[in-house]
Amino acid sequence: MQPKSPPNPGRRKFLIAATSAVGAVGIAGAAVPFLGSWNPSARAEAAGAPAVADISKLRPGELLIVEWRGVPIYVVKHSTESLNQIDKNLERLADPESNEEQQPEYARNKLRSRREGISVLTAVCTHLACAPKFYPQLGVNDFDNNWQGGFFCPCHGSKFDLAGRVYAGVPAPTNLPVPPHYYKSDDILVIGEDGDVT
Amino acid sequence: MVTKIMNWFDDRLPLTATIERHLTKYPAPINMNIWYLAGVLLVVVLVIQLLSGIWLLMNYEPTAEGAFASIQYIMRDVEYGYIIRYMHTTGASAFFALIYLHMFRGMMYGSYQKPRELLWVVGWITYLLLCMLGFTGYVLPWGQMSFWAAQVIMSLFGSIPYIGEDLLIWIRGDYLISGITLNRLFALHVVLLPLALIVVIFVHILALHEVGSNNPDGVDVKKFKDEDGVPLDTKPFFPYDVMHDLYAIGVFLIFFCTIMFFYPDGGGYVIEYVNYEAADNLKTPDHIVPSWYYTPFYAMLRAITFPIFGLSAKFLGFVVMAAGIAIFVALPWLDRSPVKSIKYKGVYSKFFLSLFVLSFFVLGYLGSVAPSPAKTLLAQIFTVGYFAYFLLMPIYSKYETCKPVPDRVKLS
Repeated sequence: MQPKSPPNPGRRKFLIAATSAVGAVGIAGAAVPFLGSWNPSARAEAAGAPAVADISKLRPGELLIVEWRGVPIYVVKHSTESLNQIDKNLERLADPESNEEQQPEYARNKLRSRREGISVLTAVCTHLACAPKFYPQLGVNDFDNNWQGGFFCPCHGSKFDLAGRVYAGVPAPTNLPVPPHYYKSDDILVIGEDGDVT
Repeated sequence: MVTKIMNWFDDRLPLTATIERHLTKYPAPINMNIWYLAGVLLVVVLVIQLLSGIWLLMNYEPTAEGAFASIQYIMRDVEYGYIIRYMHTTGASAFFALIYLHMFRGMMYGSYQKPRELLWVVGWITYLLLCMLGFTGYVLPWGQMSFWAAQVIMSLFGSIPYIGEDLLIWIRGDYLISGITLNRLFALHVVLLPLALIVVIFVHILALHEVGSNNPDGVDVKKFKDEDGVPLDTKPFFPYDVMHDLYAIGVFLIFFCTIMFFYPDGGGYVIEYVNYEAADNLKTPDHIVPSWYYTPFYAMLRAITFPIFGLSAKFLGFVVMAAGIAIFVALPWLDRSPVKSIKYKGVYSKFFLSLFVLSFFVLGYLGSVAPSPAKTLLAQIFTVGYFAYFLLMPIYSKYETCKPVPDRVKLS
């Protein structure tokens, strides 16, 4: 026997819509644990704790690599010579005044540093996250005819000066980030926390 | 006896009907040429990848601590382990080589045109899945190139405005590429993506057998049928196509085995040398290059060095690279030509298809070498060339003069 057309088509339509809506909510709810489990686990979050470095043995012109959250942090102690050189090629930099939010407020100064003469930089190229290499020597080299010292990314040729400021016309869009950091004492640098900001 | 068994099955399952429809009596155009072999060879490679993959799985350890060592274990201590692994790495390259040939065949002969639009779209999804499989699989050995390739590709998502940083952490499951990332890529590579690939290939073949194969002349072979309803310009798949496919598979396996046994590294293209070093998150290799099958798109990514409309060069590079892969899907709707095959299309279509091929190869080369200002400029020029083929197609395919298409297949 052929069923007659539903006596109340509006009601049937409503029931179909309501059932579909409840079903969709159910699917969305069921998706929560699947999507949520992709977030960092408690262990991964714990591993993101601050890193502590002793910088007492760091001499002018040297680079110290500290690992924080699995990425390399470069700590550079500038020599007097390089401090004199650092403003020599401002016109080649994309953001010499550090206007982009790539550093905490306390590091928003000429050298992008919290303590005069020491740069703390996240060594993750702002292009595609390679680690830029440290090239402190001045002059002519493979990638630049008038190098003023700084960092060169071997992956895609991005260039940064010694304060981590990006050159114009390279793939990287912004300066190297300055991670949150503070000095616990003269020799102890803590990376990953802002400490006492005042 | 055999008939009786078949009858028993046929009463419960459309066994004979399915075999006849999809295999033995499938009408294949008589003028199919060598380009039509890529499809069947892709199926062969799929089987090779599934088998070798399952066998690799028996000894691979998906942890950041154990992955690299377990690959060395497979290579040195597991009996025939090195052959299984080289089979899988060679298979990956073969998969891409064949799918590029297969796609180019479709572009040449207009196989994406009506009524094969959906067939083309499904095929494109297969290609996407293959790209994801290639990437996820590449990370698993956890060598230097595995790690840094994952770093570079995943950080692309971080360039998306507003949500990028959070999305990146969600995808990685950590603040950096770590064992957690490795484990999820492993799950995708060995379960989700292959399952999806098999389903999509199944649908691709189903769609193909619904609309029928195109042919080098791009003529509709279904127009003229004999009294049994079989198209005149076709031959049954068995025995005619099976025979020459078997021959082709033999020839293909000679090449495949030559690489697998004698040149498993493929000069650094099949297996990159840097990947013989274990992953080190504090040391970037001097020169990061993706596998050869991604290099054209990688070159596009690097070609964008300038911001536009306040969007960063990095994000735009990502968009252009994604567009380079995505734009294939639009082909059926970009082509306004009344004819299918390049044989009968006008001079502009021939020019732009040649430009596309040239751009693809030049970009492929540029993506595999270190960047320099001159090479970046070259990459920018050929990125334009690549997209010109697609984006100008609605114009040049509409207004060019085509040659008349014959009613029936011509055998020269």
